[in-house]
Amino acid sequence: MTGVWALIRKELTVYFSTPIFYITGFFFLLLGGYFFYSNTVYYSLLSFQGGQNPQLAPMLNPHQMVFRPLFGTLSIVFIMMVPLLTMRLLAEEKRSGTAELLFTYPLKDWTVIMGKFLAALLVYAFLLLLTIVYAALFASQATLDWGPILTGYLGLLLLGGACLSLGLFASSLTENQIIAAVVAFALLLLFWLIGWQSELGASGMAGLFAALSMLEHFENFIRGVIDTKDLVYFLSFIFFFLFLTKRQLESRRWRG
Amino acid sequence: MSPMIEVQDLTKFYGPTPAISRLNFEVGRGEIVGFLGPNGAGKTTTLKILAGYFPPTSGTARINGFDCFLESIQARRSLGYLPETVPLYPDLTVTQFLQFAARAKGVESRQEKREIERVIDECGLREVRHTLNGSLSKGFRQRVGLAQALLNRPPLLILDEPTIGLDPSQIVEIRQLIKELAGDHTVILSSHILPEVSQLCQRVIIINRGQIVASDSPENLSRQLGHGSRISLVIKGPPQEIVPVLKALAGVRDVSVTGEDRYLVQGQNGQDLRPELARLVVAHGWQLLELKAQEFTLEEVFLNLVTDEEAPES
Repeated sequence: MTGVWALIRKELTVYFSTPIFYITGFFFLLLGGYFFYSNTVYYSLLSFQGGQNPQLAPMLNPHQMVFRPLFGTLSIVFIMMVPLLTMRLLAEEKRSGTAELLFTYPLKDWTVIMGKFLAALLVYAFLLLLTIVYAALFASQATLDWGPILTGYLGLLLLGGACLSLGLFASSLTENQIIAAVVAFALLLLFWLIGWQSELGASGMAGLFAALSMLEHFENFIRGVIDTKDLVYFLSFIFFFLFLTKRQLESRRWRG
Repeated sequence: MSPMIEVQDLTKFYGPTPAISRLNFEVGRGEIVGFLGPNGAGKTTTLKILAGYFPPTSGTARINGFDCFLESIQARRSLGYLPETVPLYPDLTVTQFLQFAARAKGVESRQEKREIERVIDECGLREVRHTLNGSLSKGFRQRVGLAQALLNRPPLLILDEPTIGLDPSQIVEIRQLIKELAGDHTVILSSHILPEVSQLCQRVIIINRGQIVASDSPENLSRQLGHGSRISLVIKGPPQEIVPVLKALAGVRDVSVTGEDRYLVQGQNGQDLRPELARLVVAHGWQLLELKAQEFTLEEVFLNLVTDEEAPES
């Protein structure tokens, strides 16, 4: 455990001392703030009209109209952002040769992987936490049902974990940070969009694709539903890619 | 008690070519051993296997009784490793980096502070402790590398080219540091610089093309592997007479004139020609002004061994 903690501390120090975290964090919050603002403005516009339109009024729900679309958009921003947070993790150790120190310290491969993964998850969770300001701001002016908001945050956290584990795996494949980022981004996009097949009703594979899609499983969370199969999906996704990362690290032991 | 390092039939292939093949050696506790060889001889490969960075293709290496591959974690607990390129995290300060290294190496949290202060003092890092690793000079990088290796007082230090790329005064400092460490640790260091090894080490293992070509103390190597003795003489007398007479003496391989009245006699292995030569010169009525046995320097031994190895191929 001390090994995991040592790595978390080191990775966090590096995160907070390099510009990449501040730049991605800044633009993430800028985009998030913009989307929150435009959703809220649209909602208040409709609310005014709802005053005159009795049929529209019952459909006005801040969660459905502000936070659900906000979480949907944030998830896309995260998918673009996560590769930037993970690309350095293992690729840079290999490129700069520090891997030679890291892997000759008495640390198990799992310790290294968990340390790096948890550090990235903490950074991600920190950014996520900052967006709670939106909900708090909204709640100060209107009544807000916190249940589905928190479910949405759980969904975003799990989604982030899944993206980070895939990003960590991509980083273990190469010494080049750009390649790591590109591979992570492409795979994440694939896992995001693969569910669209099912809407086309194209083939018998459609069901399988839908089951693999991150989007399908994430949707339930932002609707305010915690379904065991979605939990299992994200947790096994995370475990699977961490496991692949471990295998990839171990390959240095048998490759020439 | 088992020796600190036990290597048996160690072989490592990179693709089809062996980097090292069937190495066998032992290093006892408290020894300082130099690993000497030209670039590309397999020094770094061997040290990386010992440090547990990658496994051998075949053969075994044990450190402190633990197999470097099968009991890797235990073996790695017993060693401090300074890689050849001294990789450091550029975004951490020296102290931050040493904190990380101390925790990673399992230093107890109660002793962490004291342990870090100790290595900072031993390696002379006090003035740069808050400097980023990325902006350190080469000499300080080397010391930081050494400092992290010393954390947790490992019984074995593996130092890969500890003085490469340093300026002469830094080299002297680092050597001095290594000498001071020698008491508490077993040290194996690689080098392609001969004087360094002969100054620092009690024993030298010479490796070339992935194979051990010699292993002994620097003095013994110079003596035994010098391919016979060399004696320099200063004789007053007619050179045209002296040379044939010296050549005729049993055990003499060659005689050359190296200057006015100066001669160099090369003898065959393991034979002291000095008494015979003295008697001979006096018997001929020449004046013997000087008679001195010349030892082969380690450099010559090394070149000898290395070129001997290469000869069959050319």
